[in-house]
Amino acid sequence: MKAPTIKNDLFVMLIFSAVILTMPIWLEPMGANYPDLLQKFAIFGIFAVGYNILFGLTGYLSFGHAAFLGIGSYTAVWSFKLLTMNIFPAIIFSVLISGLFAMLIGFITLRRSGIYFSILTLAFAQMFYNLAYSVLTPITNGETGLQLTRNDPRIIDRLFSEAGEGLPSTDFFGFAMSGYSGFYICAALLIITFFISQRIFHSPFGVKLRAIKSNQTRMKYTGYNTRPYLLAAFVISGMYAGLAGGLMAATDPLAGAERMQWTASGEVVLMTILGGVGTLIGPMLGVGIIKYFENIFSALNDQALLQAYAFMPDWLANIMVAITSPFVGEGWHLTLGALFVFIVIFLPGGIMEGIDRIKKLFTKKPVEPEKEGSLS
Amino acid sequence: MSNTILEIDNVQKSFGGLKALSDLNLKIEEGKVHAIIGPNGAGKSTMLNVCIGQLSPDSGTVTFNGENLIGKSPHEINQTGISRVFQTPEIFPDLSLLQNVMIPAFAKREGAFKMNIFRSLSNEHDVQDEACKILEDIGLIGQLHSHAGSLSRGDKRRLELAMCLIQHPKLLLLDEPTAGMARLDTNKTIDLLKKIKEGGMTKIIIEHDMHVVFSVADHISVLAQGTIIASGTPDEIRGNPKVQEAYLGGAHL
Repeated sequence: MKAPTIKNDLFVMLIFSAVILTMPIWLEPMGANYPDLLQKFAIFGIFAVGYNILFGLTGYLSFGHAAFLGIGSYTAVWSFKLLTMNIFPAIIFSVLISGLFAMLIGFITLRRSGIYFSILTLAFAQMFYNLAYSVLTPITNGETGLQLTRNDPRIIDRLFSEAGEGLPSTDFFGFAMSGYSGFYICAALLIITFFISQRIFHSPFGVKLRAIKSNQTRMKYTGYNTRPYLLAAFVISGMYAGLAGGLMAATDPLAGAERMQWTASGEVVLMTILGGVGTLIGPMLGVGIIKYFENIFSALNDQALLQAYAFMPDWLANIMVAITSPFVGEGWHLTLGALFVFIVIFLPGGIMEGIDRIKKLFTKKPVEPEKEGSLS
Repeated sequence: MSNTILEIDNVQKSFGGLKALSDLNLKIEEGKVHAIIGPNGAGKSTMLNVCIGQLSPDSGTVTFNGENLIGKSPHEINQTGISRVFQTPEIFPDLSLLQNVMIPAFAKREGAFKMNIFRSLSNEHDVQDEACKILEDIGLIGQLHSHAGSLSRGDKRRLELAMCLIQHPKLLLLDEPTAGMARLDTNKTIDLLKKIKEGGMTKIIIEHDMHVVFSVADHISVLAQGTIIASGTPDEIRGNPKVQEAYLGGAHL
C-alpha cells in the first residue's frame, strides 16, 4: 500500500472523467443511455461520493443524510421561485444551507459514536421529514411538494425579461437542465466533487480521519481534538448531499418530503456498502448498479421476459418467466435485496474487494492484503 | 538537584468503595528515568491515567512544568508534551506503519486541529523522512507499507513507542513496555530505552520485570495500596527491607 503519488492521482482523475463523460456512448448497448437515468447516475454519484467521506473515512454511519438531500432540494426550488431559473445561485444556496444544517445536526449527534450516532442522525432526519409535512408546510407545501408557479416573483429574471407564457424551465447560463446538456452539467459537477474527494482521501486530513476510524482513543492521546475533525467530515458530506439535492431540483423542479424519508438515507448506505466502503470508486459503482437495476429491472414485465427467452422452447420459456418474474418490475427490490445479502456475506468489502480478488488471481504474486481504502 | 518536571500532589481517587490512590505524592525530576514498581492493583496504571487526563482525581493536583493538568482533556495534555505507551498497544491497526508514525508527527507540527485538505500526503517529505528514520531505529523499516494490525505483539509495542518518540515529548510514560515479550525482545527494548535515555527525555516507567527496572532506572518509587511506600535510587530500593517485605517477598535482586 504505497502512498499514491500525485501523478497517479491525476491519471485516475483523467480515466474517471473520460469514463463519466462518455457514459452516453458506452451505456447505449445496455439500454441505459437516456438522459433521465444518466442525470440520476451523476447526481446520486455526488451524494454517495460525499457520504463516503463521512462513512468511509471516519466509520461514522449516518442514517440521516437524506435530510440534507431534502434541504438542498427545497433551497433550490425556493431559489427558482424567488430569484432566477438559473441553477447557479440555486446550487450555491443548496450547498451552503445544507452545510449549515449539517453543522447544527453534527454538533449534536457527534457527541455519541457507533449505534447511538446512527440512531440520532436517523431521528433528526425523520424529524425533518415529519416537520416538512406538518408545521413547515408554508415552506415545503406539505404533501403536494414545493412547485414552481407562473406567479413566482423570480426577481433576477424579471430584471431582464417579462414573464413568459407557461412555466419556465431551469438552465445553467443558457444550457438547459433537461436532456443531455443537463447530464453534462451534472457530470461536470460530479467530476469536480470527485476530485475534491480524492484530494481529501490523500491529504493528511484524510489520513487523520482514517486514523479516527482505526483507533479514536490513540488519536486523543496523540494530541488531536477529534470532534472538529468529525464535524468537518460531517459538514463536507452534508454539503455534498445538499448539492445532490439541489441538482435533483434543478433537473426536475419539484421538491417533496419523501426525499428525506429514511428509505432515501438507507439507499445511500446501501450504495456505499455495495460498491465498497472507504474506496474512492466503490460508491460510484454502487450508484451505477442500484440506479440501473431500479430503472431497467423495474421496467421489465412478463412480456419483455418472454421476448428475452424467445430462443427457448415455449414450455421452458414459461417456466423461466415464472421463476424470474418476481425479480423484475415491482419486484426489483427483491433482486436488490438478494444482491445486497450476497455482497455483505461473500464480499464484505463490496464490489471493490471483488475486483481486488480478481486482480490477485491474475497477478499470482502473493500480495499483502490491501485494505488501504484508496484506489492506487 | 535538578528541576521537578512533574509533581503529583495529594491525589486521591476512589472507584466506588475502592481506594485506588490515597494521598499520592510524587515528584519526577527532569531528565531522569523514574521507575514505578508495586504489586498488581497498587494503583500504578491509575496514576498514569490521572496524569494523561483519562481519569480525573477526586482531589489533589498534578502539575507539569508549572501547569496544572487537572481538568485538561487528553489531547491538550499531549500537546503540553506528555506521550504515553499503553499496557496494551494502542496503534492504528488499519493504517500502514509509515502512516502510524506520521500521524503523531503531524499532531506535533500542526496542533490539535488543522484542515489541510489540499496538501498531498506524498508531498510531506520532511515528516516522511523523520518517520522512516524512527522506524529504522526500532528495526521496522522493512515493513514500512504493511498494516500495523498484522504486526506481532512485540513489534506493535515498539511501533507505539516510535509513535511517542517522534513527538519528542518532554515526558514519556511507559506502562509495562515489555509485558508479554520474549527475553530476546525484552533485551531489544532495554537497548532501545537506553538509547533514548541519552536524549535527556524524562521518563516514567511502570514495569514488573526487575531486570528491566534495574537496567534502565535512575530512580525507583514503590507504590502499594495507592500510596508511595518507598522512593530512592536502585541501590537504596534493593536494600530497603520494607520494600522487600511488601512487594518483593524477600526475593534476591
